[in-house]
Amino acid sequence: MKKIRIIPRLDIKGPNVVKGIHMEGLKVIGHPPEIAKRYYNAGADEMLYMDIVASLYGRGIDVGLVKSVAREIFIPLTVGGGIQSIHDINNVLHAGADKVAINTFAVRHPEMLKDAVRQFGSQCIVLSIEAKKSPEGTWEVYTDGGREHTGLEVMEWTKKALSFGIGEILITSVDNDGTRKGYDNALIQEIESISPIPVIACGGAGSMDSVKSALQKNKIDGIAMATVLHYDEYSIHDLKKYLHNANFPMRI
Amino acid sequence: MRICIVDYGVGNLFSVEKAFRHLDAQVTVSEDPEEIGSYDALVLPGVGSFQAGMDGLRIRGLIDVVLKHVAEEKPLLGICLGAQLLLTSGREFGEHKGLDIIQGSVLHFPELIENRKTPHIGWNTVEPATQKDWQGTILDNLPKDPEMYFVHSYILQPSDSESVLALTEYGGCTFPSVIQIGNIYGCQFHPEKSGEHGLRIIQNFLAIK
Repeated sequence: MKKIRIIPRLDIKGPNVVKGIHMEGLKVIGHPPEIAKRYYNAGADEMLYMDIVASLYGRGIDVGLVKSVAREIFIPLTVGGGIQSIHDINNVLHAGADKVAINTFAVRHPEMLKDAVRQFGSQCIVLSIEAKKSPEGTWEVYTDGGREHTGLEVMEWTKKALSFGIGEILITSVDNDGTRKGYDNALIQEIESISPIPVIACGGAGSMDSVKSALQKNKIDGIAMATVLHYDEYSIHDLKKYLHNANFPMRI
Repeated sequence: MRICIVDYGVGNLFSVEKAFRHLDAQVTVSEDPEEIGSYDALVLPGVGSFQAGMDGLRIRGLIDVVLKHVAEEKPLLGICLGAQLLLTSGREFGEHKGLDIIQGSVLHFPELIENRKTPHIGWNTVEPATQKDWQGTILDNLPKDPEMYFVHSYILQPSDSESVLALTEYGGCTFPSVIQIGNIYGCQFHPEKSGEHGLRIIQNFLAIK
């Protein structure tokens, strides 16, 4: 039986793993290879590596750092942040990534998704969406690590990106990011309802119960988290056991 | 044992090489037919279409080298596309000839239940095929029903069920996830991305006498 993936998310700034709230007020957590290794050993099913300032500063990903993380883990690695070309994707894959997550550049140049899929296969291309709830009750797409608003409505953007053949969607609630108040289940549900491809939910993981609740309310393939793991609220192993006991298919 | 990872131009070899190095294997990556011919064991990795894989081998003049290696009964591990190429033919965008080391073909997933989609991506259980004992194979010493990481839309269909070592179920379809004839193995999943249990498989491969 296919398992639900628990995916630690490493937000990277410079040489460090960092974490903030609503993607702001970043605190240094530690060194990427060490943290990656710790989560790998704790039973992570996959790892997310997101350079959260690369887009903002218009610079590329530190390929050497990606490599140092890839060397420590023997599970799939998804890398995102600052991807601006087919060339960048190639570099990141050669550094050991299995998939790339693209947000900012795809919003500005949607047709690049099509090129990326043609070149590397859909299984390699993850659309990363950073969403903030708007006063009208819909969600708006943000870029550059949750900083820049785009005027794009999340559902419209998702449909468009799906038509380009992307392989997976990573949906992050900027509102819930780092708050530990639980996932934005309404947002996840909307995306999941129109997505024929795997959806990974991110942003807001709190208690183990809040993770369970996101899985109960949505048919998602994976769930990503950072704060609760960085601050040792519980281990990946504990969480997987808890979800396994609640009858979710987990890799124990 | 000296290992060569065959670079035939499809997909990324970094993670395969990394896993072998992690286990202190003597490993080289090469696309040179002469060099490849001199190794004790070969690894055929690869991600992509069946035709692109066979073309990649043909253009580099590697088909005969791989077949000669197999004829000498030396170990070979095919991973994902590399496992599919071991079969007689592939039906991806038309029918294409494979290496024909293990008789059978490569087919697309049949229609799946529960609206399951292809590609099949993620962690799934690997179980022994009926009447198959994993002892002494690359699946030796694994816990019961271990989980491995899959990314594929096509499945291995050997003609002889004797060459099926392990099975996996997805969306109501049970398909061979490991095939074997002697020292020739094909894994549909990626042992190099399947955590400690995947590394155990590679370790077992390194220990083949």
